Amino acid sequence: MAILDVQHIEKHFGDTPVLKDISFSLEEGQALSIIGSSGSGKTTLLRCLNFLETPDQGVISVRGKTLFDADDPATRREADIRKKRLHFGLVFQSFNLFPQYTALENVTLARKLMAKTEKTGESEASILADGKALLEKMGLSERMENYPHQLSGGQQQRVAIARALAMKPDILCFDEPTSALDPELTGEVLKVIRGLAQQHTTMIIVTHEMAFARDVADQVIFMDDGVIVEQGPAHQVIEHPQQERTRHFLARFSEK
Amino acid sequence: MFWTVTLSLLAGMGQLLKLFFLTLLFSLPLGLLIAFALRSRCRPVSWFFNIIVWIIRGTPLMLQLIIIFYGPGKWFDNNIWGLFADGRMAACVVAFVLNYACYFAVIYKGGIEGVPAGQSEAGQVLGMTKGQIFFRVTLLQMIKRIVPPMSNEIITLVKDTSLARVIAVTELIKAGESYMKSAGIVWPLFYTAVFYLAFVGVLTIFFNYMERKLSYFR
Repeated sequence: MAILDVQHIEKHFGDTPVLKDISFSLEEGQALSIIGSSGSGKTTLLRCLNFLETPDQGVISVRGKTLFDADDPATRREADIRKKRLHFGLVFQSFNLFPQYTALENVTLARKLMAKTEKTGESEASILADGKALLEKMGLSERMENYPHQLSGGQQQRVAIARALAMKPDILCFDEPTSALDPELTGEVLKVIRGLAQQHTTMIIVTHEMAFARDVADQVIFMDDGVIVEQGPAHQVIEHPQQERTRHFLARFSEK
Repeated sequence: MFWTVTLSLLAGMGQLLKLFFLTLLFSLPLGLLIAFALRSRCRPVSWFFNIIVWIIRGTPLMLQLIIIFYGPGKWFDNNIWGLFADGRMAACVVAFVLNYACYFAVIYKGGIEGVPAGQSEAGQVLGMTKGQIFFRVTLLQMIKRIVPPMSNEIITLVKDTSLARVIAVTELIKAGESYMKSAGIVWPLFYTAVFYLAFVGVLTIFFNYMERKLSYFR
């Protein structure tokens, strides 16, 4: 059974349709890349999955459980949405680390607060140990006590990835994780994401890095103008696109 | 003479400090509530408070002080200020709190809006509650942003306390000026300036310290 099932998502901003009848599913342990030009709706789709936007139509289910159904008001209650968000993690294009906390505090803050409000019984020591292990995994063992402004963009984004992983999401989403980075820093972030893919972390990656999408993702979705134009295995979509619009988009990329 | 003047100026300074600290005590939190009301998604609420802020910021504090002190007795035949041990000071505190809360509200609002939306979104996707996001993520970043404008406003408050004299509170300047009439001497007025400068100096040191304290992040 698919870990994520998205059916007929629609989203309008005012009169402008941004997502039109988006349906796809994702298997556990797989990585899905979403490609497409700016304004095609990729980011909005990720924001819908993380409940930062509310779709006008459609159903989102995780592990067979309906998290959101536009027609069922019971699934739209504000109070429940906070917990549903935890099925998903989101790594932002602009990192959005909390500037007043160190790298380690950024990673552990939400878990500590969760332990307090939900009375999970999780000890501060184990949260801290988890946070340290995650930052070590990201190659940041020397940087745990640094504040975000003392870190390079690539380091900040790796902290952000650790912060998202700390909440143990079912599905980790990346919104153009390297677009705000200097070219020489994209490599370290892509390497970390590639490592996660090798460990079969379920991921959705919105990216402009075509070679990366081809090599790391299992599935690729090409979006244009709010619709899914083409989806399929990564190599097939990127190397042998079936649709004219996909070919056109990829041709523009290979010219660069 | 010097001692007599010093003692009466100290008494005036006492009134100044009382009004200053009581105003801050109530207007700092009240301003935050008004800031939330200004940002309310409920249109009538934000409209109502925008109009209040417009009226309060658009008219002189001196006028507000006079209306608040004399109004209840004149219009409702009920001098509520008589209920207080020091009714004139109480009226001053109410007028100053309302006035300064509105100025603070606008500064807070700017501070809140100056924190990038991505900060609260990051908190949301990590499953934090709205309260946690405000107190653990947004608040300190907002405070860092508002220290310079707040320090301006609070230093202005020190000097605005001199308006209390219009309802016959013997604050610092009134205390100093009285010697001009009674003894024909002017230097006590200049002496009041020393008190203002000293107090504002202390506040300046405090705000610089705050700024330094908060400079560990960007």
